[in-house]
Amino acid sequence: MARYAAPGQPDSVVTFRDRYDHFIGGEYVPPARGQYFANPTPVTGEDFTEIARGTAEDVERALDAAHGAARAWGKTSVAERANILNKIADRVEANLEMLAVAETWDNGKAVRETLAADLPLAIDHFRYFAGAIRAQEGGISQIDEDLVAYHLHEPLGVVAQIIPWNFPILMAVWKLAPALAAGNAVVLKPAEQTPASIHVLNELIADLLPPGVLNIVNGFGVEAGKPLASSRRVAKVAFTGETTTGRLIMQYASENIIPVTLELGGKSPNVFFGDVASQRDSFYDKALEGFAMFALNQGEVCTCPSRALVQSDIYDSFMGDAVERTRAIKQGHPLDTETMIGAQASNDQLEKILSYIDIGKQEGARILTGGERADLGGELSGGYYVTPTIFEGDNKMRIFQEEIFGPVVSVTRFADYDDAMKTANDTLYGLGAGVWSRDGSVAYRAGRDIQAGRVWVNNYHAYPAHAAFGGYKQSGIGRENHRMMLDHYQQTKNLLVSYSQNAQGFF
Amino acid sequence: MPRVALTPEAADVLRGLRAEHGDLMFHQSGGCCDGSAPMCYLAGEFRTGGSDVHLGDLAVDEFVIPVWMSASQFEYWSHTHLTIDVVPGRGSGFSLEAPLGIRFLVRSRLLSDEEL
Repeated sequence: MARYAAPGQPDSVVTFRDRYDHFIGGEYVPPARGQYFANPTPVTGEDFTEIARGTAEDVERALDAAHGAARAWGKTSVAERANILNKIADRVEANLEMLAVAETWDNGKAVRETLAADLPLAIDHFRYFAGAIRAQEGGISQIDEDLVAYHLHEPLGVVAQIIPWNFPILMAVWKLAPALAAGNAVVLKPAEQTPASIHVLNELIADLLPPGVLNIVNGFGVEAGKPLASSRRVAKVAFTGETTTGRLIMQYASENIIPVTLELGGKSPNVFFGDVASQRDSFYDKALEGFAMFALNQGEVCTCPSRALVQSDIYDSFMGDAVERTRAIKQGHPLDTETMIGAQASNDQLEKILSYIDIGKQEGARILTGGERADLGGELSGGYYVTPTIFEGDNKMRIFQEEIFGPVVSVTRFADYDDAMKTANDTLYGLGAGVWSRDGSVAYRAGRDIQAGRVWVNNYHAYPAHAAFGGYKQSGIGRENHRMMLDHYQQTKNLLVSYSQNAQGFF
Repeated sequence: MPRVALTPEAADVLRGLRAEHGDLMFHQSGGCCDGSAPMCYLAGEFRTGGSDVHLGDLAVDEFVIPVWMSASQFEYWSHTHLTIDVVPGRGSGFSLEAPLGIRFLVRSRLLSDEEL
């Protein structure tokens, strides 16, 4: 086991600044009202830096910078933009460890995940959209002999992006890479819970982008996010978060008649058909890992497989193995490379999870393992840790219907295929789902019958850039990832050209 | 039959927010990240409509704060009573209390047969 030195110690691979201002027009500038807020690490609960508390004045300044840069940036060749994205990827890759430790310290997640997932995925995302923009083509439609429709892609202009705290760097990159590739200028607001790591990344790459193309305004939702999301000067708002704020952003967007993309969470079913346990082989082992995926990133994933549906004929033995697998999850210092589950991202998140464990018990759900706050001792006593928790209950219970956003899975059984689909779809959300079966036909049908935008079949929590990600039902509007994401950041220009010499014949 | 209530600590925060901003409202959120939490807005900031349920009104001194939830979410919550509390924390969404370093939180209990 190795442990990275904590930031602030002399041998740490990352050094945070004492303070982060806004990044506007290619330079760091202090907030107009001169206010800052403290940023604690969830690992220990101690403050480690302070962050500019942005307001409408700062947002306006960032929008000025973005509008100043957008036109020239939108006119650059796709090769030029792709080359910049590739250079960003190279720069991030060369500093992967530093960024991984920074991300762990800001968010609380285990460094094992930031090293193996968050940062590698972010790097690949830049490279993917560098390739995608160069390969993108418009269209030519011959309407008739002398009339041709040309369809061309144009950037939207200046876009607003509001980033969640669960994957502070990766979720920013999911939004940034396609927006920049498509030629837009961006004003980005990081989550107030995790505002620091994005600045470590930004300082690495700031010289690669023209000033004003990427602007970062820190602050609270109500003070900085709202003036950005409601601004008449943005051409689009991209938001990842929860339903009420998603609706509010749509309301603002309706006033300005601009598009939004919204990723609003889920209550994803993970469905295990009986044939999974027909052999005790590597596939069975993989399925048990798939069950335990509810604890990935401390359960703070919009697609957390937070409902497990297990067929009755294998229920008892499968759940016995699943509980054992869950108890083997190593909880510890997030900077230990063997730690599998780290800290919840904030104190209020911890409190919310505990309040859900409480209502789960009140509703009569049975705890099979976990169910409490974990005190890991020493300096970690002030951090926000929850033991991986398995509830057994009924799909009508609130712990089966609401996104807890913690390492909590609610398990129920099903009799047959139709019963499984009925329960899987009995939810407000439709973001993710998992289907596990050795029978390809059953797995395919279930994947099609579950009303969700992403159904993992015989795997879970893989996020390749070339696979579209987004929600059905109340899980949002639009997609992220995949080449199609470029469309969400582009206008369609149609030139309808007549090559005829003759009048059209109306007048 | 009251479905919503306040802790004294939450009431104190609401007094301060009202003095600073004006009339207030709550809308209970669902889903991702900061979801499953009550969002506090200026009255009218969040437009409710036919897809929402008015759960009740919270009385703080002489003023009243309506609490709303989407009707589809209410189908799954209708058997529980909600108490809005406040904990130290860091923000979320566009809720008004976040800059104070605190966060509203819902604590729930099952409604009794008589209450239902």
